Amino acid sequence: MATAAIRAEGLAKRFGKTRALDGVDLVVEPGTILGLLGPNGAGKTTIVRILTTLLRPDAGTARVDGFDVVRQGHEVRRRIGLAGQQAAVDEYLTGRANLVMMARLYHMPAASARARADALLEQLGLAAAGDRLVRTYSGGMRRRLDLAASLVAAPPIIFLDEPTTGLDPRSRLDLWAMIEGLARAGTTVLLTTQYLDEADRLAGRIAVIDHGRVVASGTPDDLKRGVGGERIDVRAPDADTLPAVRRAVAAALGTEPTLDPETGRLTAQVADGVAGLRAVVRELDRAGLAVNDLALRRPTLDEVFLALTEREVAS
Amino acid sequence: MGWLLADSWTVAKRHLLHIRSMPEKLSGVTIQPIVFVFMFAYIFGSAIAVPGGDYRQFLLPGVFVQSMATASASIMAGIVSDMASGVMDRFRSLPMARAAVLIGHTGANLVESGLGIVAMAVCGLIVGWRPELGLAPTLAAFGLLLLFGFAMSWVGVFAGLFLKSSEGAQGLGFVLIMPLTFVANTFVPTGGMPAILRAIANWNPTSAVVTACRQLFGGAVPAAPAWPQVHPVLASLLWCAALVAAFLPLSVWRFRRAMTAR
Ligand SMILES: Nc1ncnc2c1ncn2[C@@H]1O[C@H](COP(=O)(O)OP(=O)(O)O)[C@@H](O)[C@H]1O
Ligand SMILES: [Mg+2]
Repeated sequence: MATAAIRAEGLAKRFGKTRALDGVDLVVEPGTILGLLGPNGAGKTTIVRILTTLLRPDAGTARVDGFDVVRQGHEVRRRIGLAGQQAAVDEYLTGRANLVMMARLYHMPAASARARADALLEQLGLAAAGDRLVRTYSGGMRRRLDLAASLVAAPPIIFLDEPTTGLDPRSRLDLWAMIEGLARAGTTVLLTTQYLDEADRLAGRIAVIDHGRVVASGTPDDLKRGVGGERIDVRAPDADTLPAVRRAVAAALGTEPTLDPETGRLTAQVADGVAGLRAVVRELDRAGLAVNDLALRRPTLDEVFLALTEREVAS
Repeated sequence: MGWLLADSWTVAKRHLLHIRSMPEKLSGVTIQPIVFVFMFAYIFGSAIAVPGGDYRQFLLPGVFVQSMATASASIMAGIVSDMASGVMDRFRSLPMARAAVLIGHTGANLVESGLGIVAMAVCGLIVGWRPELGLAPTLAAFGLLLLFGFAMSWVGVFAGLFLKSSEGAQGLGFVLIMPLTFVANTFVPTGGMPAILRAIANWNPTSAVVTACRQLFGGAVPAAPAWPQVHPVLASLLWCAALVAAFLPLSVWRFRRAMTAR
């Protein structure tokens, strides 16, 4: 069996009464991206902190590149890069000084440290801002600098804790492209996210975390199949036509839609989205019904969780 | 551990670069003591009698020492903000010598204290303070001040490692520094204090360093019967050694192990 880049077994951690992790198992193969997907408070950061040697698990073991995170912390730290949930860069240094400091702390000679800083500033599109204080950077620039800081030593394994939370859509896309570039170059990436679309786009495998446990894992397609494909949303123009619209959707799809009483929105699961949408349109036309909204979409994270946790309760 | 010195120097450089981007960082060891010098020299000074001596000569050592003590509050705030911003986590995820994060910081603090001493000395010369015993004792006094600043910075580091917010750091800094520097012979002779306060003041490390500086700079040194006041230089050295011997290892231990509990 080849060494997994990351292997965790039975990780548990409590903070006082809070059970932050309750037996987490993970395996990440070298050169792949694992997405840890979960809502706020699920335990994602705690997992990252344990794997990066910042936190000691109460129980369980974890190995990173074959080294035990508790007993061989120093060896682990030589092989990882971490970009934490906050951009941990020094506001009162320039972008370049931040990176040079990091490189020096990785014990690069001064000249190579400067060269590495320049190369990374270039690579992450910060060359023009390199000599400005980080205090003047935008949120997206800080995130990129933070990512650069985690890449200084070109580590084979990097941990990104919610790398795009709080970013505007443009910066988000930029960062996604950079993360994909890293993986293509052979870096193993463990990233956490609250967004299904992010995990979907970046990760080869996803582990869904809830209440400190892995409630599902697999490829993005596995998960989506598991939660019943796409969703069709329909909104009736008023309360009077709602029953008729509801009947039409049910007839078209052969399944009863759920109603969100606050917005008056009907939602139905469909295995094949486009075919389902056609059927609904046809049925509404035939019944002569007009609707305010008709949309096909991916399940939201809430729905994925709901589906997964319901299944868990059922089993 | 061969990297301890190199890593400490890298970290120290980080904090020294901060002086350029936020010069206000130095205000604790420059502006604040200078205000104290003028305030006490011209406002309160006329009302405070120093047996057999000149008040400004008496005052300056007190202000020097007080500003060394406040350096511990500024380093405490720095530690707290590094922990809150995730910078400490980043350092701790590196294959560097972990103690260097703290040693570099206190080292840079020492340089800041040195700059503060220069500023205060200039200000003191303006209001009429004079080191009277020649170069060697004067340099010895400055050395003692730096040592005291270094020792106090380790107290600040240790306290900072337990705090969660910078508001907490400010509050604790105040609570720590005020009694330490005021229940002492810093600004007034201890002779007139109530018995309990006088005993505390005479044994306060601050008082030992202040009296040592008064002796080394020359000028009136009000007599006080307590042992540290009779042997102030030795007492200062012992106090500083004890503070470093206690708080340096405690801080490193706390830093190594502890954020694991957070
Ligand atoms: N240092 C801590 N002290 C107390 N509780 C904590 C601490 N860190 C995390 N927790 C708790 O552990 C749980 C998991 O937190 P975390 O791993 O940060 O979740 P996530 O990153 O998925 O949002 C949460 O309930 C959180 O409140
Ligand atoms: Mg988190």
